[in-house]
Amino acid sequence: MIHSPYVRKPVSVQRTMGLVLIALLPGIAAYAWQAGPAILVNLLIASLTAVLAEALAMWLRRRPIGLAVGDLSAVLTAWLVALSLPAIVPWWLTVSAVLVAILAVKQLYGGLGQNPFNPAMVAYCTMIVAFPALMSQWPALAGGFDAQLQLILGGARELDAVTGATALDALRTGLRTAGATVESVSAGPAFGVFGSQGWEWVAVGYALGGLFLLATGIITWHMPVAFIVALGGTAGVFWLIDPAQFASPLFHLASGGAMLAAFFIVTDPVSGATTPRGKLLFAAGVGLIVWLIRNFGAYPDGIAFGVLLMNICVPLLDMKTQPRVFGHREAAGGDQ
Amino acid sequence: MIGRLFKFHGGIKPDAHKNESAGPAIQRAPLPERLVVPLRQSARATANCLVEVGQKVLKGERIGEPEGFLGTAVHAPTSGTVVDIARHPMAHPSGLDTECVVIEPDGEERWIEHAPFDYHAASREESLAWLRDCGIVGLGGATFPSHVKLGKGAGVETLILNGAECEPWITCDDRLMRERAADILAGATILRELIGARELVIGIEDNKPEAIAAMKEAVAASGHGVSVVAVPALYPAGGEKQLIRVLTGIEIAYGKLGGDYGVQCFNVGTAHAVYRAFAHGEPLISRIVTLTGNVDNAGNWEVLIGTPIQDLLPLARPRPDTDRTILGGPMMGFALPRLDVPIVKGSNCLISASPKLFPPAPPEQPCIRCTECAKACPAELQPFELYWFSRSRNFGKAQEYHLFDCIECGCCSYVCPAHIPLVDYFRFSKSEIWARERDKAAADQARERFEFRNFRQEREKAEKAAKLAAKAAETRAKLAETSTAETPAGEATDDPKKALIAAALARAKAQKAEVQPQNTENLSPQTQAEIADIEARRKVLAATAATTDAPSVAGPTADAPAAGTDAAAASAAPDAETRS
Repeated sequence: MIHSPYVRKPVSVQRTMGLVLIALLPGIAAYAWQAGPAILVNLLIASLTAVLAEALAMWLRRRPIGLAVGDLSAVLTAWLVALSLPAIVPWWLTVSAVLVAILAVKQLYGGLGQNPFNPAMVAYCTMIVAFPALMSQWPALAGGFDAQLQLILGGARELDAVTGATALDALRTGLRTAGATVESVSAGPAFGVFGSQGWEWVAVGYALGGLFLLATGIITWHMPVAFIVALGGTAGVFWLIDPAQFASPLFHLASGGAMLAAFFIVTDPVSGATTPRGKLLFAAGVGLIVWLIRNFGAYPDGIAFGVLLMNICVPLLDMKTQPRVFGHREAAGGDQ
Repeated sequence: MIGRLFKFHGGIKPDAHKNESAGPAIQRAPLPERLVVPLRQSARATANCLVEVGQKVLKGERIGEPEGFLGTAVHAPTSGTVVDIARHPMAHPSGLDTECVVIEPDGEERWIEHAPFDYHAASREESLAWLRDCGIVGLGGATFPSHVKLGKGAGVETLILNGAECEPWITCDDRLMRERAADILAGATILRELIGARELVIGIEDNKPEAIAAMKEAVAASGHGVSVVAVPALYPAGGEKQLIRVLTGIEIAYGKLGGDYGVQCFNVGTAHAVYRAFAHGEPLISRIVTLTGNVDNAGNWEVLIGTPIQDLLPLARPRPDTDRTILGGPMMGFALPRLDVPIVKGSNCLISASPKLFPPAPPEQPCIRCTECAKACPAELQPFELYWFSRSRNFGKAQEYHLFDCIECGCCSYVCPAHIPLVDYFRFSKSEIWARERDKAAADQARERFEFRNFRQEREKAEKAAKLAAKAAETRAKLAETSTAETPAGEATDDPKKALIAAALARAKAQKAEVQPQNTENLSPQTQAEIADIEARRKVLAATAATTDAPSVAGPTADAPAAGTDAAAASAAPDAETRS
């Protein structure tokens, strides 16, 4: 560089992305331990697809390929896509989802840093709308790896042996039968100590990774706290009002993708809000929408929709929550 | 007294690298072969040259007369002969030049007579004038004239002495505090008295324990009520606004000065110069410069103003792989495009740089809006937003997001994981906006001129028409008079038009006669003089005889466009930025 500063902190986009990948490892380990190693196969398929798609896009756009692939952002997107999909979806579904994320959502908008929407969440939404049946089959906890692999490779789906209902699904369908209460439904096999049977430990793994991200300063506290408070708080209020019809806050936070969302999805810097107050509003909005969809929507979980809906609000949130500038008494943004 | 310290937002902690040069005592740099003393020594003011080529000058003799509100005097740094007065390139990123007095030292260092100035016996105005005449400017880098800063003194409660020295590598203030603490304190108390401040606080970053101890000792010995405060080492704690914030909690907005908030800040080097000026009557002709970086003999030297940098560098013995020299610190300094430029009052540090010491930045990557820059920004800006606006040349939006509050400290560029040279984008945007404002001012001026020209032409046309009409009426009236007087009447009087034509013909004839060629070539000077004499007499006669009309309308008033120029110049002037 010709101009000052002549010194720089030894950081890079690659390091940031790499640390997030490392932070995902506890969650992935818990996932593989609880639901079998199929997830590892899916992560591999997704990663390869993402790298190839990224390289192809950069080649078509006549941009340096090595720099873009080397920044690890495509791999991170691939991992988040794979972790959002059920681990036993056929390989072509994973590949399609990653292609949507990398080519349509990221590269068509101009590549890294330019996409207004969270690539992994658009991919998830596309797949759940296009293939609702496949997207609702989650691996059973004790499913064998051979059977899982068969499914990934596109084998006949003899579902009962390898898939199991998630707790959110069980709760949704269970509460629709007359006379059912949260308590009666929760006695079912899908429910664990405080969340979804087995998946609650995956959630703990994600939370541990999230604490690592907080400690390394990759993310700030605003988003996870706001998301958890909004989802848990809303759930708590209604749970206190009518515990027969509404699940506890702890259940909501430990089920589905809540912890993955709190630390890895809503915290996506590119498509999220950037100001401190904007971050709080953004993540709280996602948390609220998640609770609404889980309780009153057509899908068992609502993280992807919540994130995308809030992505739309980001320019407005950022504009209206500009922090106060040094020496200026009032906040800078707002109604200028 | 200072109770608790405040925090400013953001800041960074780069490697300090102070140990390299902080050890050895200040040495006196040897006299160079030539001193190139710029007449522009304070921000935005150039002194009037008082010397001529060939003139002998004494050390401390005034060679430049302060001009204008922001002007300060310039002095000969040593005794010798003025060998040249010419434009010479300066230490500037683009090597701009300015008028300089080149002095060849005689090696005798003979001082001009000088005596202490008793500011107790003098009025405040006289004391400030003395500072101006001693060439005292802020030595922290901004070179803002101290007498101007003090002039706004009314209502200043707290005087802050800036010894923070937050930029990595630089140690000139550190050494000065360690070695000349009592002098600095004496200067500071003079400043306090001149400004009428109740409180005097000396802020020093806590990575300089020796300097803090020295200043505390000096304070204890003097018996003055002065607080020496260790502020946390966090770049840019030495920025004037940041230090004031840390010590008093006051935030000074962009475009405002400390005086508006009852607080004023001076660099420790400036306080030292003030002491020399009052206690010894010495003008500011030298300063402490740190030589460090990729060198074998780093340290601090007392250097005469005007010493060429290339003569100074060998003192520190730069290593062979040195590829450039940075003036100032690595955060806000710049690589010198040439080394034959002089040390000036704001030059605090020369860093010999090598690719190993300051490796080139990795390739720029896309911004991922991680907000690291916003977390580091001491002005509490959103640098990534300003970056997007600058990139898209959306300068209006950049200004709305307070681009001009950016102090260009470099924190955002330092922390950016995408290695985006953010500050460069902001410098670009600022200069682009200034250029547009200048263009707009020029366009406004041109439009005003054009409109005035149209107005003037219309007015002249109307006046001419009115005059012609008046003249015609007058002639007609005259003719009518004559015709009524000479009733028996020639045919001419019947027709006023014919009379007019006759008059015009007569006038034309007279004119023709005037320009008729005269055989004046090849005549003796005497006859020529005679002819000229006769001609002159004729002219006088003709002039008295002629009853020509009134002088034509005065030309357009020249004031209007000139006023426009003044306004444009005033609006184009960039705002003062005082940093230490």
